Amino acid sequence: MKRVVRFKLNGEYVEAEVEPNELLINLLRDKLHLTGTKYVCGIGECGACTVLIDGKPVLSCITLAVDVNGKEVVTVEGVSKDGLTPVQEALMEEGAIQCGYCLPGFVVMGEYLLKERMEVSEEELREALRGNLCRCTGYVNIVKAFKKAFEKRGLKS
Amino acid sequence: MSEVRPVPLNLRNSRILPIRFEYYEPTSLDEALELLDKLGEEAKVLAGGTDLIVKMKMRALEPKHLINLKRIPNLNYIVSDSESIRIGALTTWSDLEKSDIVKNELPALYDAVKAMGSLQIRNMATLGGNICNASPAADSAPPLLVYDAKVKVVSKQGVRVIPLTEFFLGPGVTALRSNEVLTEVVIDKHNVSVGSAFVKISRVATDLAIASAAVMIKLKDGILEDVKIALGSVAPTPVRAKSLEAALVGRPAKLEEVKQYLNLLEKDIKPIDDVRGTAWYRREVSKVLVYDAFLKALNRLGGCSL
Ligand SMILES: Cc1cc2nc3c(=O)[nH]c(=O)nc-3n(C[C@H](O)[C@H](O)[C@H](O)COP(=O)(O)OP(=O)(O)OC[C@H]3O[C@@H](n4cnc5c(N)ncnc54)[C@H](O)[C@@H]3O)c2cc1C
Repeated sequence: MKRVVRFKLNGEYVEAEVEPNELLINLLRDKLHLTGTKYVCGIGECGACTVLIDGKPVLSCITLAVDVNGKEVVTVEGVSKDGLTPVQEALMEEGAIQCGYCLPGFVVMGEYLLKERMEVSEEELREALRGNLCRCTGYVNIVKAFKKAFEKRGLKS
Repeated sequence: MSEVRPVPLNLRNSRILPIRFEYYEPTSLDEALELLDKLGEEAKVLAGGTDLIVKMKMRALEPKHLINLKRIPNLNYIVSDSESIRIGALTTWSDLEKSDIVKNELPALYDAVKAMGSLQIRNMATLGGNICNASPAADSAPPLLVYDAKVKVVSKQGVRVIPLTEFFLGPGVTALRSNEVLTEVVIDKHNVSVGSAFVKISRVATDLAIASAAVMIKLKDGILEDVKIALGSVAPTPVRAKSLEAALVGRPAKLEEVKQYLNLLEKDIKPIDDVRGTAWYRREVSKVLVYDAFLKALNRLGGCSL
């Protein structure tokens, strides 16, 4: 049976009809046309589909759409609403983008980590990003970019 | 004509679960228990979904009814009093990670949190889900087994408190009845020690264990007064290593001693070959893991002697 979900998406209230067996990524990409969130492994292992629910990074490929009723969802489109984020800028400056498919996940993680104001060592940064896989294996430049973004915000890294 | 089933890779590749089910969102435990009682075997409860949704995607599980527990208040807590530490079933791994009680009083469980999944998975996945999913590789199991934890399960008919050692019956099989919900993990403070640790070996950082081990020790005048050892991924369920425990109680707390008896582990475990590792490798690496966990536990008690 179809259900109506109401939730805050990137700062605005939205309403949608969903089936119980529909995953959040389907609602975001196919119904609400926010195609920034990428679908890759489909089983929670790669992090490309990471979105924030109530401020915390989770995986939209294994979250039911019905489950976001009443919650706040932020996608990669939401975090970069006011222009490029510090992490996005740094990723470009460091040449950290190869095929680019994993990056929306990294960008969402970057916003979360910056907001949490985690003071991070490189090791902690790599730990925090261990659920985000880059199959082009561009990790060195991605980590460099994250460090740069943290430093720009005046945080130690 | 037999049904045509898509190959697993295509199943993964779906943004809609390939099965239909009725969905329920109870807002109280009573309401959830009522539903479970009525719907029985055909229903499954949903917590973080990190095991269940993946299994439904792969059609390994096809429940007709899905009962989401996450709208039930008061199942997410970590409390400590003079007698016990109690953890609500819906407590996420991130909640465990942030808890000073877990960090300071249950160091083996804290080690397991740090070794579990990714930040995203820890935000979603719950402790109750890890236990009820009953994977032999469940990372919470070896620490909870060495702390002699019990689980509280509730149904319309009443409450049962089950020692974790009796809860796991086989891969994915537990003592939980189809109308029961696990609500709480209880750890008696007499069974915990700062001298405890968990170690895990896996293929990559975000993966289930090839093998894992937890150790809890209590010392008296340099003698091992109490020893609990548990392992993951080396038997059909997470297991206690009772033969090795029995041999070590009363012995001096020295790594040389531990080393002498490690072969006893072979009596306690029944590893198999699978995608993550071979039975032979698991048997050998178990000894190393137990040794390492011992070292870590001894160090937490203020230093080890070789
Ligand atoms: C990418 C990835 C990495 C992972 N890494 C690890 C890892 O390193 N270590 C590890 O141990 N696990 C790992 N897992 C497995 C999983 O995340 C954990 O087992 C998790 O704790 C399951 O909790 P959940 O809340 O998501 O459970 P769910 O998927 O919601 O439920 C799991 C099962 O338990 C039942 N259940 C849940 N809660 C209750 C309850 N309160 N009462 C009765 N039944 C209940 C459900 O019906 C279902 O059968 C990983 C999973 C993924 C996808």
